[in-house]
Amino acid sequence: MSAPIISATGITKSFGDVHALTGVDLEVQAGTVYGLLGPNGAGKTTMVRVLTTLLKPDAGKATVAGYDVVTQAAQLRTTIGLAGQYAAVDEILTGRENLEMVGRLYHLSPGESRDRAEEILERFDLTHAAGRTVKTYSGGMRRRLDLAASLVGRPQVLFLDEPTTGLDPRSRLGLWEFIERLVEGGTTLLLTTQYLEEADRLADRIAVIDKGAVIAEGTSDELKGTIGGDVLELEIADPANLQLAIGAVEGMCCGEATVDELRNIVRVPVETAVGTITDAVRRLDTAGVKLVDIAIHRPTLDDVFLSLTGESVEDALPADDELVTANSRKRSRR
Amino acid sequence: MTTTAQRARVSVVDRLRWEIRDALVITKRNLLKYIRVPTLLVFSTVQPVMFVLLFAFVFGGAIPLQGGLDYVDFLMPGIFIQTSLFGSTNTGVGLAEDMNKGLVDRFRSLPMSRSAVLAGRTVSDSARNLFVVTLMTIVGYIIGFNFQNGLLNAAFAIGLVLAFGYAFTWISATIGLAIKDVESVQAASFIWIFPLTFASSAFVPVESMTSWLQVFSRNNPITHAVNGARYLVLGEPWGAMSDVWITLVWTVALLAIFIPLAVSNYRKAV
Ligand SMILES: Nc1ncnc2c1ncn2[C@@H]1O[C@H](COP(=O)(O)OP(=O)(O)OP(=O)(O)O)[C@@H](O)[C@H]1O
Ligand SMILES: [Mg+2]
Repeated sequence: MSAPIISATGITKSFGDVHALTGVDLEVQAGTVYGLLGPNGAGKTTMVRVLTTLLKPDAGKATVAGYDVVTQAAQLRTTIGLAGQYAAVDEILTGRENLEMVGRLYHLSPGESRDRAEEILERFDLTHAAGRTVKTYSGGMRRRLDLAASLVGRPQVLFLDEPTTGLDPRSRLGLWEFIERLVEGGTTLLLTTQYLEEADRLADRIAVIDKGAVIAEGTSDELKGTIGGDVLELEIADPANLQLAIGAVEGMCCGEATVDELRNIVRVPVETAVGTITDAVRRLDTAGVKLVDIAIHRPTLDDVFLSLTGESVEDALPADDELVTANSRKRSRR
Repeated sequence: MTTTAQRARVSVVDRLRWEIRDALVITKRNLLKYIRVPTLLVFSTVQPVMFVLLFAFVFGGAIPLQGGLDYVDFLMPGIFIQTSLFGSTNTGVGLAEDMNKGLVDRFRSLPMSRSAVLAGRTVSDSARNLFVVTLMTIVGYIIGFNFQNGLLNAAFAIGLVLAFGYAFTWISATIGLAIKDVESVQAASFIWIFPLTFASSAFVPVESMTSWLQVFSRNNPITHAVNGARYLVLGEPWGAMSDVWITLVWTVALLAIFIPLAVSNYRKAV
């Protein structure tokens, strides 16, 4: 494999006694999409800010496109584009003026800046609003303009911090498609997200980050493998039938069933396909088990967390220690 | 497409050219704000003009001046300096705003010069100061003010006012980047500029103050700046050439201290 275009080793960063990063290692191959997945406060933004030279790490070494984030920051900045977590566009300027300004600051000539702005406005479907001041834009339009601005300099490496947060489902889909096309063009992308679904769809590799450290890394399939893929959830009417239900569905696929006795729920790993639910219902019917509810449950970030840390995402937020242990014990009952 | 390697290897001359170009891009962007939000310009100029009228008519009769000088002639150089200093507080506020909107992050991630955002901001605020001072001069003329020392000295006086104010924009930038919260920046600027300005010769002769305040006031750099401007506008004995020089020394010294401080705060801004 060729040398990684982004590489970080042992990056730490503290703000006072908040340890935002506690030794992060990353390697991203050129032309791939890398997802940083983690809950609020995990350190995603801090990591992006270190890699984009906005923040000096306390320790560790990182390079982007061969340039060191500390000692070669100026050169590094010519190779990257950044769209931060919150849209950084000037409300007083029009959409077009925003992009032209960024073009000029990338040291394109006035003519080039204008052409580039036009081209990108077109691509982001903003041409119709290009002459309006950004103050009149909706949140989604601002977000798109912000992303557009990050592409003005034709970056080799693009950093997007939670690019789809705050977008409606349609805009989110549109953005995903756009990002996919962008990467086909060879741009390397590092994006952060709180949604496994998003990382799943876009990223070639994913690092799960929690409390300032990478706790798992791999392709989406590898990660899902560690948490067992899709799960069939059955809520049984009569608690006496729990064992019967387990016996009925355990043969369906690939793993042992688990029971939540408090709520009369049986969970069994499955490989979702057409007919999975029908098959399960038929088996239970044959065994004479009555169902209250049946559903296929896809792994979520919460599940990844549950399996990796024994804590749910909400619990991972700063909270009373005792509460966390009590909750996680309850949540991880299997 | 210009390759990144080419962009990285640049001569000192190129760098300087880009530094100026980047600063101009930012200046233009800042000044556009006054065109896009005309009410901002209106209300930020109404206040200084109102000050001119209030001071001239309220204190005009109450303050006897040596040789029977009209108070409005005495007042104008002082109020030029006051306006230029108060105007300089906009720099810190503007930077804090940019920081809170994430724009500073965007700028810092671009391959632009590190000082351009600050230079652009201080220059555009000084341009605004020039506009306001011009407007005040017109209003002053309407109520009887005169440059009594020739056109050239009048131009020097305005230049001195703007230069001194420019040094203060960098102080304001340093404060704004350190405090970051827009309203706090505003308050933090006024708690020192206000007393410093009023405890100077800007509005009343130093001799009319209580004795301990006179000691302070005579050594106040703002007194020197006001007297320097007054000397250029009215001539002796309202100030001396030495005041002009002292003011220029202060200006250079403040710039030498606060440009590096502001740039360092900008680099570290989070
Ligand atoms: N400038 C700062 N000063 C103090 N603490 C900070 C600062 N920036 C980040 N932190 C802290 O560092 C930790 C990591 O923050 P970070 O913004 O990197 O998280 P995140 O993963 O991006 O979260 P989110 O999903 O909410 O954006 C948090 O506890 C946060 O409070
Ligand atoms: Mg974040």
